[in-house]
Amino acid sequence: MNIIRFLDHFTSDELSSQQEKGSILSRRQAFNQLGGLSKKLAMSAVPLGAAMFSSKKVMAQSMNSPVQALQLALTLEYLEDEFYRLALESGVVPAGTRAEKVYMQIARHEKAHVDFLIAGLGENVVDKPTFDFTVGGAFDPFNENGIGQETAYAQLLALAQAFEDTGVRAYKGQAANLMSAPDLLTAALQIHSVEARHASEIRRLRGLKGWIVQNNRGEGMPEATQGVYDGEEVTNQAGYDTTMEFGADAGTEAYDEPMSGETAVAIASLFIVS
Amino acid sequence: MKKHSVKVSLSDSQPFQAGATNRRQFIKLGGASLAIGGLLLAGCEDDDEMTPTNPTDPDEDTVFDLGSGDVGVLNYAYALEQLEADFYTRVFNNFYTGITAEEQQVLTDLYYHEVIHREFFKTAITAAVSDSSLVLPELEFDYGDLDFSNRDAVLATAKALEDTGVAAYNGAGRLLSNPDYLLIAGKIVSVEARHAAAIRSLINPDSDDFAGDDVVDPTNGLDVALSPADILPIAGGFITTEFTANNLPTS
Repeated sequence: MNIIRFLDHFTSDELSSQQEKGSILSRRQAFNQLGGLSKKLAMSAVPLGAAMFSSKKVMAQSMNSPVQALQLALTLEYLEDEFYRLALESGVVPAGTRAEKVYMQIARHEKAHVDFLIAGLGENVVDKPTFDFTVGGAFDPFNENGIGQETAYAQLLALAQAFEDTGVRAYKGQAANLMSAPDLLTAALQIHSVEARHASEIRRLRGLKGWIVQNNRGEGMPEATQGVYDGEEVTNQAGYDTTMEFGADAGTEAYDEPMSGETAVAIASLFIVS
Repeated sequence: MKKHSVKVSLSDSQPFQAGATNRRQFIKLGGASLAIGGLLLAGCEDDDEMTPTNPTDPDEDTVFDLGSGDVGVLNYAYALEQLEADFYTRVFNNFYTGITAEEQQVLTDLYYHEVIHREFFKTAITAAVSDSSLVLPELEFDYGDLDFSNRDAVLATAKALEDTGVAAYNGAGRLLSNPDYLLIAGKIVSVEARHAAAIRSLINPDSDDFAGDDVVDPTNGLDVALSPADILPIAGGFITTEFTANNLPTS
């Protein structure tokens, strides 16, 4: 599947309000191999794409095009893909265990997501960042610095949970940005639910419920991961009080909340060196 | 044979061509339960004879139609949530013998979540439409000879329902035009996917079934997405209240 081909299926009618400015003519020419709609999307994506990966700083730009949404998705998938690959290579995940089977299956999916998004983004692909899963030495999930197998394993599971729960929230936060491209939206939803399956299983491996209770990060999660869960405690859904039937825990568990692109980038940036 | 309850418009034959393949896929999904398999097969037989709604049908005036546009899609989701909520209510009210503490915890949470989803849709759709006759009424259900005292049957049905729910929401997202509704659907579908993984890992804990190759395509890492035309004949096997889905958006 090719995302640019997806984009070309759609007329530019929906985007007619986003009129191009004369000043970006040269950039338009640079993208003239793309279809009319994808050209516009590509142009709006460039500043963020360049900026997002130039530093660890939190980006303030709003993300509002399908290409931008997918570039964010690809960055998160790069992170997850490398994390699970290194985890399996590290020997920290005990061989022959349920955890190893789980990590191997998730690793396969994250690799497939990276390949899918790279193929789809084509010209608009963003480079893979350089990651540091120790966050400057705060963690040692692959037991590279001698923290010990047991602690490394606990950190490795905790990071997986944080990444998967972030993935679920980040994809959800981008859904509206993909409405102009229904095929892309469907593909993103199909990845989104896979991340949710992963999150559920990783959480259960850690002895937690598969779903998020209030804004609790869960036992054993470092405080640094609280940003993944802030905002999950919502109990009002379109005017409906979700606590009415069974209380606030169940009411918040029954809905996952979106995460803004800015927050997702900020979380990912913790693990990005350059 | 029990009367089939769900009619879907044939105005566009294309989805049905695709649907035949996808339904086979779902029969495989539900294959662990003979009860489900039987109902799905019955649904497929029915498809072959499916004809456009007969305008002279005397029942036609009294049969609820899900409606068009976003309201139609919300009613569609409401139907599925009613089914899930009803199923887990029955499970919760009479847990199978020998249930483990972990299984009881998971199934209780699923009962809570699905009832909350059902009540949410009832409230949200009622608020969204001016005329309450546009809100899907309370449906009735029939699980055939499904044995609620049998762990394997209950968990297999739960798995099929959750996987079907995920595929249904994944397929319906593109049919919504209001971003607020899309976001709500997104908030729910990931919880359904968390459910599906949990049920799957209860059935087969030491495995990769939580996101098995039968639901997540290993070549691209994508979960299943199915259109209402594919989902309704499956869910309809459990639903005895007749309704139609003749005006749902198809793209």
